[in-house]
Amino acid sequence: MAERKTVRKWFWVWEFDKEERWLNQMALSGWALVEVGFCRYVFDACEPGAYIIRLQMCPRDENYLSFLEETGAEYIGRVTRWIYVRRDAALGDFALFSDNASRLEHLGWIARMLLVIGVMNLVIGVVNSFNGTNLGSINLICATLLMYALGRIHGKMESLEKDRELEE
Amino acid sequence: MNNDIALTESTYYILLSLFEPQHGYGIMQRTEQLSGGRVKLAAGTLYGALSSMSERGWIRPLPGESGSRKKEYCLTKEGLLALKNEVDRLKELVENGEKVLGGENDG
Repeated sequence: MAERKTVRKWFWVWEFDKEERWLNQMALSGWALVEVGFCRYVFDACEPGAYIIRLQMCPRDENYLSFLEETGAEYIGRVTRWIYVRRDAALGDFALFSDNASRLEHLGWIARMLLVIGVMNLVIGVVNSFNGTNLGSINLICATLLMYALGRIHGKMESLEKDRELEE
Repeated sequence: MNNDIALTESTYYILLSLFEPQHGYGIMQRTEQLSGGRVKLAAGTLYGALSSMSERGWIRPLPGESGSRKKEYCLTKEGLLALKNEVDRLKELVENGEKVLGGENDG
């Protein structure tokens, strides 16, 4: 059986491209992602650079997963609304999005999800603070973080939109 | 239908690829082939585009064969019209470009 190791690592939600880069760095240095959990990544030893790894936020959709498999990609796993997929690097370059319209749509999903959870935390936090419960401040901190994340995602969206003013 | 719309490159090549019925991976290959390897549709982009184009009525899934999970799509009449309108629009762009630039582009 292949050598296996588990790494615990935290990424903020706006750092999903950094997370993806890190996972690809791992693959380049001979560690292929085989399992994901909350802040937990399991790698098997592989030929350096054998796989390209991508992540995407998307709702549960079996049809999409089989569509991805049809194109040679392998589904690794899911953490909340994020899916992790990989493809044999020998099959060529691998991306999940190939134009700015779909990159923007993807960022839009992330932004909507952050907004919903952020507002939920804000409401719960305010209600709990009025009730004098200490837990209220935790929700308010979460809401602040989520709103910050939303700002970061909007920043990414704006730079893409700017490109789209002149090019597709 | 609005005749003034400009299709994105992905939309254009997906419609063009569906001149004959294709499944998802077939569309990717056909697009790459038609564009001489320049346009490579990514799976997420294609999947999203297929569902928006179905909603718009430009394409429709063919009734699947039993046991096959691969969905095949084909152009509808509206889809073919959108494609033809786009070809006309692109012709206009090219003609105007050549008219203004004259022979400058030949060298």
